[in-house]
Amino acid sequence: MTLRDLINKLLGRQQSSASTARERLQLVLAHDRSDLSPELLDQMRKEILEVVAKYVEIDMEEGAVSLETEDRMTALVANLPIKRSLKNPDETNQKAS
Amino acid sequence: MCPVAPNTRTILICSGKGGVGKTTLTANLGIALASQGVSTVVLDADFGLRNLDLLLGLENRIVYTAQEVLEGNCRLDQALVKHKQQPNLSLLPAGNPRMLEWLKPNDMQKIVGMLQDQFDYVLIDCPAGVEDGFKNAVSASKEAIVITTPEVSAVRDADRVIGLLNTNGIKPVQLVLNRVRPKMIESQEMLSVDDVTDILALPLLGLVLEDEQVIISTNRGEPLTLSGTKSPAARCYSNIAKRLQGENIPLIDPAKEGGGLRDRFLRLMQTKII
Repeated sequence: MTLRDLINKLLGRQQSSASTARERLQLVLAHDRSDLSPELLDQMRKEILEVVAKYVEIDMEEGAVSLETEDRMTALVANLPIKRSLKNPDETNQKAS
Repeated sequence: MCPVAPNTRTILICSGKGGVGKTTLTANLGIALASQGVSTVVLDADFGLRNLDLLLGLENRIVYTAQEVLEGNCRLDQALVKHKQQPNLSLLPAGNPRMLEWLKPNDMQKIVGMLQDQFDYVLIDCPAGVEDGFKNAVSASKEAIVITTPEVSAVRDADRVIGLLNTNGIKPVQLVLNRVRPKMIESQEMLSVDDVTDILALPLLGLVLEDEQVIISTNRGEPLTLSGTKSPAARCYSNIAKRLQGENIPLIDPAKEGGGLRDRFLRLMQTKII
């Protein structure tokens, strides 16, 4: 964020178009480089959440899985806030089934 | 056949997106390198939409093209068009668009191989897109210059091309940022030079400032680097040629193009705070 962006934010104005361009490019390039469509990414997010939910209690709506890219390297970043850990995952599974 | 000159540099000039300045860069770089005393040939690999002849003002002097050379209907030196004012530069014109139906990577390699025997620099003007024309041109190249403008679509397409160049073992790949407008960068309404180099993660060979003279020189068919003008873009092009030759020429800092109070204030507003 630049000084101008901060002032614009404080005044409730739109951010500069260069910042918007940067953000849009970073997002679209992460997808281009990994060849993952948003649909596939969303499917992957759901499956990751399902696996994680076996072990810890998480908010299924909150979890975010995104692609981040730096220096032509793309990373899959999952941000999953944990509510609490489940002591015996097997038990939970049986309860669920 | 003579052995390949070991020091010949074969450079592909490509962008992915059309209209960002590939052909203008090829023409200006060709003239600039030639006037530095190295024998240079520019090869128009854009068989579909050829324009390099027009930018160099050589459109009326074409007799044979790469097509006749490949078909064995003429010798290479009959097809090469030598630039009158800058005889160190030659053009090998693109053939008929119908060539695209049969042209294969090995045809391109054959043509470029012949040029490498005779010249210090082979500059290949690549067609837009990432299809067969691009693939043919890549197959005959050793290194590449990717040219882009500070616009989202051009940067995105450049990224795609860089990925393909890396896959094909082209090295080094360097970046030229074209049509830079310092005022718009200052007011943060244009991606900055750092933004683009960060996103594409390529070494910057040079930037070219937006300059009306480019259009005027194109109208005349006289590349800017030919006339010795000191226009902003002309300066940028000859700096790029010098850097290619290994000279250490500092980059123009677009942020320092204006020194007034307003420019200084706008620069302050660009300060990264997070």
